[in-house]
Amino acid sequence: MRLDRISLMSFFFCVFMALQVQHSAAFGDGVAVGDVAPDFKLMNVDGRMVELSDYKTKKGAIIVFTCNHCPYSIKYEDRIIQLHEAFAPLGFPVIAINPNDATKVPEDSFENMKVRASEKKFRFPYLVDESQQVAKAYGAKRTPHVYVVFNTAEGPSVQYIGAIDDNASDASAVETKFVRDAVTSLIDGKLPSTSLTKAIGCTIKWKN
Amino acid sequence: MSVLMLAVMGIVFSGIEEVNLATLQSRINRSSDTTYVVNFWATWCKPCVEELPAFEALARKYADQPMVVLLVSLDSPEDRMKKVEPFIRRRGYTRSQVVVLNEPKPHLWIDRVDPSWSGSIPATLFIRGNRRLFGEFQFDEVKLDSTFQSFRKGSQ
Repeated sequence: MRLDRISLMSFFFCVFMALQVQHSAAFGDGVAVGDVAPDFKLMNVDGRMVELSDYKTKKGAIIVFTCNHCPYSIKYEDRIIQLHEAFAPLGFPVIAINPNDATKVPEDSFENMKVRASEKKFRFPYLVDESQQVAKAYGAKRTPHVYVVFNTAEGPSVQYIGAIDDNASDASAVETKFVRDAVTSLIDGKLPSTSLTKAIGCTIKWKN
Repeated sequence: MSVLMLAVMGIVFSGIEEVNLATLQSRINRSSDTTYVVNFWATWCKPCVEELPAFEALARKYADQPMVVLLVSLDSPEDRMKKVEPFIRRRGYTRSQVVVLNEPKPHLWIDRVDPSWSGSIPATLFIRGNRRLFGEFQFDEVKLDSTFQSFRKGSQ
């Protein structure tokens, strides 16, 4: 009897594992909206390690895969700073992560990240994803690529993936501010009405 | 009169057209016998710029066959005269057709190019009649040529 229960349990475990595999295959690489946000531990420009779990007392976080060199990232730099200024006090600070291979783009080296962070007076961490494992775990494809994370009882949940807004080249011509709208909804206790957007951006420079 | 001539010549030489998605779509559907190789690029995108010579070489190699190489720049429209034209002139690309896509809201049109597109460039669409092949490829001359040939073979 006891044996039966164990075999039944292992049967369910196998089914569960199979579903997990199917799930990740169906979504390709990375996370989908509603998935648990993968934890990470990366070095900040100040030399300290930052973990997503450091943020579990906040309402959530705005994770931005970005870099120094990409013209789209540069166009969005001030808007990323503004997001942090607007939402860090409301419980959604920005965490910037540079996933690019610095041997391919020297401008994105750790040293140059430090320079940029101090020039632009980043008040949020600017982390280096040296192994590129975090970008892969999230499924980030380009810079900038945003993941809005909302802390729930079950852990940090990805609630928005995509672009910052609908106009990269002209901040004054923006009509829809996707990240702002998503975070505002979450603060109001609602799910974001738009949870996934696509945007043009620089391909992440992967290691060979 | 000479001013008028200069103005006309200016228009002729400016060469690079600004298109919206509808115009672009009609351009790559003109003939079902023609293979269109549509590459999405920008002057600021390093891997894009690196693979452009392969596209111009493809256009030259198959110049006598029903195929068109269309280089769709995603530079902002205000960079069309400032960056895209000088770049194309400097590179001496004459076989490829070049346009600048003027569609301000990428989230509305990326899926219309192809639902599998993440929005990263370079990205290339091969199209012939109803057959399509899309990918965020990174091509060199050999790889582009073999992809083009196998796509064409499959669509005959």
